[in-house]
Amino acid sequence: MMADTHVDENGLVLAADGTPLKQSLARALRAQKIRALLLIAPLLLFVTISFVLPIGEMLMRSVQNTAGTEYVPDLLPNVVEEVQEWDPASGEMPPEPVYRALAQDLATAFENRNHTQLGRRFNYESAGMSSIFRKSGRRVSNWDIETDGPFREKFLDIDEDWGDIEYWATIKANSGYYTTSYFLAAFDAQRTSEGIAMKDPDQRIYSKLMIRTIWLSFLITFCTFALGYPVAWLLADLPTKSANLLLILVLLPFWTSLLVRTSAWKILLQQQGVINDFWIALGFTERMSLINNQLGVVIAMTHILLPFMILPLYSVMKTIPPSYLRAAKSLGATNTVAFIRVYFPQTTPGIGAGSLLVFILAVGYFITPELVGGADGTFISNRIYYQFSSSGNWGLAAALGTIMLVVVLLLYYIYDKLVGVDNVKLG
Amino acid sequence: MATTLPSYATFGQRVWFYGFRVICGLIFFFLIFPIAVIVPLSFNAQDFFTFTPEMLRLDPDGYSLKHYRDFFGANGDYSWLQAFSNSIKIAPLATLIAVSLGTLAAIGLTQPHVPFKKPITALLISPMIVPLIITSAGMFFFYANIGLQGTFMGVVLAHAALGIPFVIITVTATLSSFDESLTRAAANMGADPVTTFFKVQMPLILPGVISGGLFAFITSFDEVIVVLLVGSAGQKTLPWQMFIGLREQISPTILAVATILVTISILLLTTIELLRRRSERLRGITPS
Repeated sequence: MMADTHVDENGLVLAADGTPLKQSLARALRAQKIRALLLIAPLLLFVTISFVLPIGEMLMRSVQNTAGTEYVPDLLPNVVEEVQEWDPASGEMPPEPVYRALAQDLATAFENRNHTQLGRRFNYESAGMSSIFRKSGRRVSNWDIETDGPFREKFLDIDEDWGDIEYWATIKANSGYYTTSYFLAAFDAQRTSEGIAMKDPDQRIYSKLMIRTIWLSFLITFCTFALGYPVAWLLADLPTKSANLLLILVLLPFWTSLLVRTSAWKILLQQQGVINDFWIALGFTERMSLINNQLGVVIAMTHILLPFMILPLYSVMKTIPPSYLRAAKSLGATNTVAFIRVYFPQTTPGIGAGSLLVFILAVGYFITPELVGGADGTFISNRIYYQFSSSGNWGLAAALGTIMLVVVLLLYYIYDKLVGVDNVKLG
Repeated sequence: MATTLPSYATFGQRVWFYGFRVICGLIFFFLIFPIAVIVPLSFNAQDFFTFTPEMLRLDPDGYSLKHYRDFFGANGDYSWLQAFSNSIKIAPLATLIAVSLGTLAAIGLTQPHVPFKKPITALLISPMIVPLIITSAGMFFFYANIGLQGTFMGVVLAHAALGIPFVIITVTATLSSFDESLTRAAANMGADPVTTFFKVQMPLILPGVISGGLFAFITSFDEVIVVLLVGSAGQKTLPWQMFIGLREQISPTILAVATILVTISILLLTTIELLRRRSERLRGITPS
């Protein structure tokens, strides 16, 4: 090495080709960095297209004010302009120019077959608006904008709901390209002519669902901890050979298809299933209802997520020398004190990792609650799926998804700080 | 807690020692019982989801392969077989994409100097963390924009994205214990980088790559929500068919399907365990 380097007149160390050594090293380092990035680039590009952009699209959908494929202000350009002059708090119906603008926009929308989409969009905000849009489309298309005015009376003739100030307040509030109304709906709030207000307590479904999702996930995390801790401790304590044998009993469920495990529980827990048959054989007369309720979800999900608790706990417990417990006992600690003061504190990293992992996975669960949850055991995921499969309110689905994503990413961040994502191990 | 009980143990210690083992035994039973019970039930001769008196008497008439024959279309319904064939078309393609791109990236990530290593790793692992319903909702919107929604290719790409974290995790784990002096030695003896990769590095990290691939395969093979939202009826996979079957009318054929899937997972688990041992032996660590 020394033979290749020499020092120039300014005292700079030079590499073999005459460039300063520092510069040459920097160049080599840069080449290494570029090489590493080039190796990662194809995957990064792939993940961006197949995963990151879709997530971004969902985030956008939660605030975009669209009806069908078009933005609402593009479908109602004249109404949007005129309605700005009108103040819902005045308690008066919008003036004639607003109705005239509505006649113009609705006629165009009817031609392009967009008026029902518009009605559906506003119906998400105020029930009943779908029908007035649908009803008015054809009638309005026969009017002549120049000669047939005034239009207010004509609209009130079609349906007197066109005079409803709340409906017009909804149109005014949702006249921009972007809207917060999906997020308001996701938090069970709505915009009225007097401003933002919570919905009636009996209509607050989403906050109830979020609380239930978090509470059940918490309960499941606790159950996996209560069942996983003793098993992990036994595994860490046994000689490696027998521990590996018992570990198969943990890994086999971990590897078995999620649907298989869910269907197993569905079959076992049903009224005429194996567990209830056994219960009757024991001499009880009442069959238990173990499925299509929260109990079923907790039982099945505890079973499914238990390996995610046992494996991190086991890997931490394996590193704790058994001599620590013996030392504590020889210093006079009872079994309980030795466990609480010496063993347990050393297992907390494993508890943290396992609990966070189980909780993150549980919050987003879909299949198991859908199949064994019944009416009162469903999670927020099931509601999001419902918006896709039946209700069609994609904006609300996106808003609910965004809220869930924020919660999960927050937990992921904590997990990363605590465990480090590059320390995740499988099996 | 001790592994064996000394002869001088007190009564209390004995109770604790055996009591603890009984509790753990019950938890192991809880873990394995639901899976184990499916297997004998799938040989039920009746269309019941519980043990019939004939089965409990171990009467051969109580058992039959009826549900397996139905799976293979004996009752004229080929939808299970169709779903199975869709599954084994989608999963290998998704695995291939995930493994090839994932291995390259894992090699990049384990280089000594990687700019933005932490955020890149976090991003590449995130498909495993983000709830599937959110991923599929996003894909539903975005793939519709670019014309992939409801297509075979769309499902394959989506599944490949879901499998990538597993490949990254297993391959970086294998690479982190890879001895870099081996590649230098190869270069020293005149091998070019490509030859070095295929002759020296690849054989040593192959077990990690294969386990990552198996994880990616099972992820695709077991996935429901993305197929439901991104796929269409033409991409009906086995999990889709099971999910729909479980939600509506449960058909006992599901018991046979479940048993077949359990068998597949046992095979995969065995393969991964053997690979792990081989990899440790190759790298000079005694298998634990």
